[in-house]
Amino acid sequence: MADNTNSTSEKQQFYRKKHKEEMKHHVLTFVMMIAFTLIAFGLVMADVSAMFTIPIILIMAAVQVAFQLYYFMHLNQEGHEMPALMIYSGIFAAFLTILALTTIVWW
Amino acid sequence: MSTTARKAGFGSVLWDYLTTVDHKKIAILYLIGGFFFFILGGLEAMLIRIQLIVPDNDFLSAQFYNEVLTMHGTTMIFLAAMPLLFALMNIAVPLQIGARDVAFPFVNSLGFWLFFFGGVMLNVSWFVTGAPDAGWTSYAPLSIFSEGHGVDFYSIGLQIAGFGTLMAGINFIVTIVNMRAPGMTYMRMPLFTWTTLIASVLILFAFPALTVGLFQLTFDRLFGANFFNPELGGNAIIWEHLFWIFGHPEVYILILPAFGVFSEVIPTFAKKRLFGYSSMVFATVLIAFFGFMVWAHHMFTVGLGPIANSIFAVATMAIAVPTGIKIFNWLFTLWGGSIRLTSPMVFALGFIPTFTIGGMTGVMLASAAADYQYHDSYFVVAHFHYVIVGGTVLGIFAGLIYWWPKMFGTLLNEKLNHWFFWLFFIGFHLTFFFQHFLGLMGMPRRYWVFGEGQGLDTFNFISTIGAFLMAVGTIVFVYNMVMTQVKGKKVSGDPWDARTLEWAIPSPPPFYNFKQLPLVRGLDPLWIEKTEGNGKMQPAEPLGDIHMPNNSFVPFVMSLGLFIAGFGVMFQGSYWFLAAIGFGLFFGSMIYRSFKDDLGYHIHKEDLEDEKGDGSNG
Repeated sequence: MADNTNSTSEKQQFYRKKHKEEMKHHVLTFVMMIAFTLIAFGLVMADVSAMFTIPIILIMAAVQVAFQLYYFMHLNQEGHEMPALMIYSGIFAAFLTILALTTIVWW
Repeated sequence: MSTTARKAGFGSVLWDYLTTVDHKKIAILYLIGGFFFFILGGLEAMLIRIQLIVPDNDFLSAQFYNEVLTMHGTTMIFLAAMPLLFALMNIAVPLQIGARDVAFPFVNSLGFWLFFFGGVMLNVSWFVTGAPDAGWTSYAPLSIFSEGHGVDFYSIGLQIAGFGTLMAGINFIVTIVNMRAPGMTYMRMPLFTWTTLIASVLILFAFPALTVGLFQLTFDRLFGANFFNPELGGNAIIWEHLFWIFGHPEVYILILPAFGVFSEVIPTFAKKRLFGYSSMVFATVLIAFFGFMVWAHHMFTVGLGPIANSIFAVATMAIAVPTGIKIFNWLFTLWGGSIRLTSPMVFALGFIPTFTIGGMTGVMLASAAADYQYHDSYFVVAHFHYVIVGGTVLGIFAGLIYWWPKMFGTLLNEKLNHWFFWLFFIGFHLTFFFQHFLGLMGMPRRYWVFGEGQGLDTFNFISTIGAFLMAVGTIVFVYNMVMTQVKGKKVSGDPWDARTLEWAIPSPPPFYNFKQLPLVRGLDPLWIEKTEGNGKMQPAEPLGDIHMPNNSFVPFVMSLGLFIAGFGVMFQGSYWFLAAIGFGLFFGSMIYRSFKDDLGYHIHKEDLEDEKGDGSNG
């Protein structure tokens, strides 16, 4: 019995630690996403050349999407391999389509 | 409790089928719908061949020939081949993975009715202003300038049918990912389930391109948009790209399930495990992956330039490698097997050389430089009929005969099946083999006549004779299906001495499929139990209540709503009220469905115990 309670509390401790870590990640990514947004707006307001601004904004957008998917929609947790695979296949197909329509049609 | 025991009247049977959400009944609906359109498309093919039996024939007018040609292609691809494959998927996949139904039975039913009403919509065009006449590819700007409402029927009808296909695809992905029986890992799934999964993924990613393209076409024609009008900043090539980004994966959507059927039939009748199972799975996935990177090989002559053409040419030829892997795996499965020449097996054996010829001409067409010579000639017609008829259609018939006992509990007459095969097979080769030469001699496709004294007469004549043989074969098969059902001689659950899970339960299966979910111990689970166990699947769970979905009439009403709305959108003016009614029905059904708690019902344990048998074969 004593053994049992011991293991339960260990389990609780483990989960508490895990949740704490998760919370840390959430807050961290949230702060970074806000920072990215501020940077994006800042770049546009500061009239930095478009050749610099546009790629930076696109890269930051991609990182933000990844943050959203992995930290807020739990893609980083176990058991999400299939959704991840489907998402990447979809991105692959959409990327090819957009690539074709932008290069071949309007090049 | 058993629903099959009750002798039902015609009205109640009809109502049952209109409202059913059972995957086995939906399979039968897909079979009936698909076969109806197959016959229709076949009649259109006969008209084409009769027109081309002699030079300068005037059997059909030029305009009517264009309509028949367009509708033949559209009907055969979208309304015959796809639904017939869905019939096979619906009957086989849930049973093969040991599930009680698909993941979303309601959506399954909705998918069928959308396909059905989309198909009816397309064919209503024959009676209203004339059928679509811009080819099954409906290239802009031809499709924009086509007069009458033919192409509008094409865009709206296919849109509705396409929604249905998309839903069916998503449904199968979710079913296969989530509902496999205990022990059925991915690498223990039967090959037909694998190919269904991959084909469904292709549907999920390819059909949106068609949806977008069709919407653009609809808006260009009906609402004054200018997506394809270069004068106002549009671009006609967008349609070609969107169509083939969809269209090329589409041909793999058609062929992969057929590959799956042969991968079930050949091991069963060679009495051997499938050779190279994991390489088969790998090849399937690889074909799907490449399938998205080759669409521009339909557009070599558009003028994309040598670099784009080379990339797509090389990618296209690369597909021959995984396909070759499959061909050799089937041959090695046959090697040393104890082969039974049943009719599904004969179809499989006929498929291998036929499809290989089609694949070989495919590699020829993939060479971009040579394609300038082949493009839009009968060589292309011969090629795609060799892969689609020689692959998909033979696969559909093999699968239909193979799974017929699971659908209806009867066995088709083997003798008539063999007659059907030989008539169809010889007719097919007579029709299409000579079209290779017609193409090389310069006969362009889609022309309603050919001139006299150009050396095209003999081959065209032979081609038409072949078409008649195919028609006779099909009639034999229809006769066989009807007579088998009239006689109604029941067979056991496992008439072929087969290997996979669906044969572990009675034919036709009870409406809940498995009384207890089976425990899967490896690839070909039933065969493992036959050789190492007592020949019956062991249960993976104790007998308990089974949760079942309720029947629903909502899918029918929703699809009918879109069907009616389609006419309103098309004819506009004083017909807008039809759109109001149609969309009202559609969204009304959606709201009704969303607010009504339909929790289904339970079959109780006690009732299951009362039923005869233990749910397994025997």
